[in-house]
Amino acid sequence: MKWAPVALAAALLVYPLALPDPFYRDVGVTFLLAAISASAWNVIGGYAGQVSVGHGMFFGVGAYAPLLVYNLWGAPPIVGIPLGIVLGLIVAVVVGMPTFRLQGHYFSMATIAVAELIRILVGTWGLVGAAIGLQGPAVGRGWWDLTFRSELPYYYLFLAVLGLLLLIVWQVQRSRFGYYLRAIKSGERAARSLGVPVGRTKLYALMLSAAFTSLAGSLYAIKTGFVDPESGFGLLVSVQMVIIAALGGAGTLFGPLIGALVLIPLQTVTNNWLGGGGTGLTYILYGGIIVLLARFEPGGLHELWRSLRPKLKLPFKERRHAA
Amino acid sequence: MLLTQVIVGGLLLGAIYALFSAGLTLIWGMMNFINFAHGEFVMLGMYVALLTVVWLHGGPAGFTLAAAIALGIIGVVIYFGLVRHVLRGPMLAQILSTFGLALLLRYLAFWVFSANVVSLPQTSISGVINFGGIFVPLPHLVAGLAAAALTLALHLLLTRTPMGSRLLAVAEDRNAAMLMGIRPDRMQAIAWGLSAGSAGLAGALMATAYPWSPSVGETFALTAFVVVTLGGFGSVPGAMIAGLLIGLIQALSAYYLGAIYKDVVVYSLFVALLWFRPQGLMGKA
Repeated sequence: MKWAPVALAAALLVYPLALPDPFYRDVGVTFLLAAISASAWNVIGGYAGQVSVGHGMFFGVGAYAPLLVYNLWGAPPIVGIPLGIVLGLIVAVVVGMPTFRLQGHYFSMATIAVAELIRILVGTWGLVGAAIGLQGPAVGRGWWDLTFRSELPYYYLFLAVLGLLLLIVWQVQRSRFGYYLRAIKSGERAARSLGVPVGRTKLYALMLSAAFTSLAGSLYAIKTGFVDPESGFGLLVSVQMVIIAALGGAGTLFGPLIGALVLIPLQTVTNNWLGGGGTGLTYILYGGIIVLLARFEPGGLHELWRSLRPKLKLPFKERRHAA
Repeated sequence: MLLTQVIVGGLLLGAIYALFSAGLTLIWGMMNFINFAHGEFVMLGMYVALLTVVWLHGGPAGFTLAAAIALGIIGVVIYFGLVRHVLRGPMLAQILSTFGLALLLRYLAFWVFSANVVSLPQTSISGVINFGGIFVPLPHLVAGLAAAALTLALHLLLTRTPMGSRLLAVAEDRNAAMLMGIRPDRMQAIAWGLSAGSAGLAGALMATAYPWSPSVGETFALTAFVVVTLGGFGSVPGAMIAGLLIGLIQALSAYYLGAIYKDVVVYSLFVALLWFRPQGLMGKA
């Protein structure tokens, strides 16, 4: 078990070299992006148990910022990344401050409403391209525009970001802050009575989550060179993060990675199978998976594995972290 | 004159909002549970009405009743098949269960009925009534008044009948209700039937007056959240007043700012409410 992360890292490093076909590299890049945003969601949704179903708002802000600075001032899109992160943090504070005084469902409802609100507003705002959206540089003016013909540079760039994010999440998990988060998840009132600063902790977690979700959005927009309200702020953007994290195991370090490892190939296969008209069926699949997860194994594949392992007569070692 | 007409139209639509929001608030009040698929229930009610008219040539009374019964059954089935098992579970499971259900129902509807906007074929209720210069389409008038009457009926059912008392007893204190010989499980199933049934009714009523497509569910769910937050969680009279108010605000903002902004105003109001008065206008702190 100890060697599993190392093996996984090695596999991810050699994957695009072993399978040089552009199709597989594209799947790899999609997988990394999904894993980054789901891991970012996991900080607030998994560890702290505050289920956001509107994380598209941070993703969208991050996706728009690089293309906006390019369209307004011709600046290289990468300049927009910090702008996107700052805007994401502002949105996080505006949404988090009021809803975190309340418990549970309020936060979920508020996140849907705010994401939808921003999506409609962006769709009517001429400066950001209204319903048509924004485009990036078609041909890079230099390496700093980050428009590569090959998928390879994107792959390793995204892999590096994912590695950094997982490192941060790992540190959070081991820190006092991480214990606060899990205490809040298992019982807010109990956590407060033990002296955990509940409101502040939740807000910091949301800000950390928002910053990396925004970064994921920026990477997506720089790679795709295009964003519109639906691909930035749409409900399905938010849904994908939730389902990937929940599928792998919300509140675990590698859960989102495992979830993306299962869902992205599955989604690619169903899309190819059913052709362009299959997008609706993909979301039926999403809905079905979410319902089954909630009903039978809310802990996701991670929990399923833990409960199956003793039955498979494999050597059982209790994980060190407190749940 | 035009302004009066806008106000009347807004209030009539608001009455329908009140009806399905009352269903949502009932579930919240009883089991601290938000049904994210509530808007999809309304949408399904619309399609049940359409199918009843197309296949069985049912009249207005027939298709509203059919929608209420069909959705009531769906509600009970969903309670026993899904909700009952996640109620005691972690928050993640609670939220994901109905959220996934919403996605499933919405995209199944897209698949089965296509994304086209449809409307009910001409029913026996049609025409426009002129109240001294204010023109109100008859379907809107009938749908709005019927919705208001049904919301009131739901309120009376909860407050004036023995079954209503049992429902409220479970909402008040589950364990105490059990000691009084009430089965919480059965009462909660009834509440889900009532809640989904009221959503189906509202959908059928709305179908008589407005065209729709499978995507309306999301908008209705968000509208219901705003109404329930405004009226106070768990309060049917609150939902009634807040529903009318939201209908009015929507109509006025569409009139003054343009149709695109009617939802923007309502959602902004929701965020403002969460900031300044999260317990709702009529809720207890």
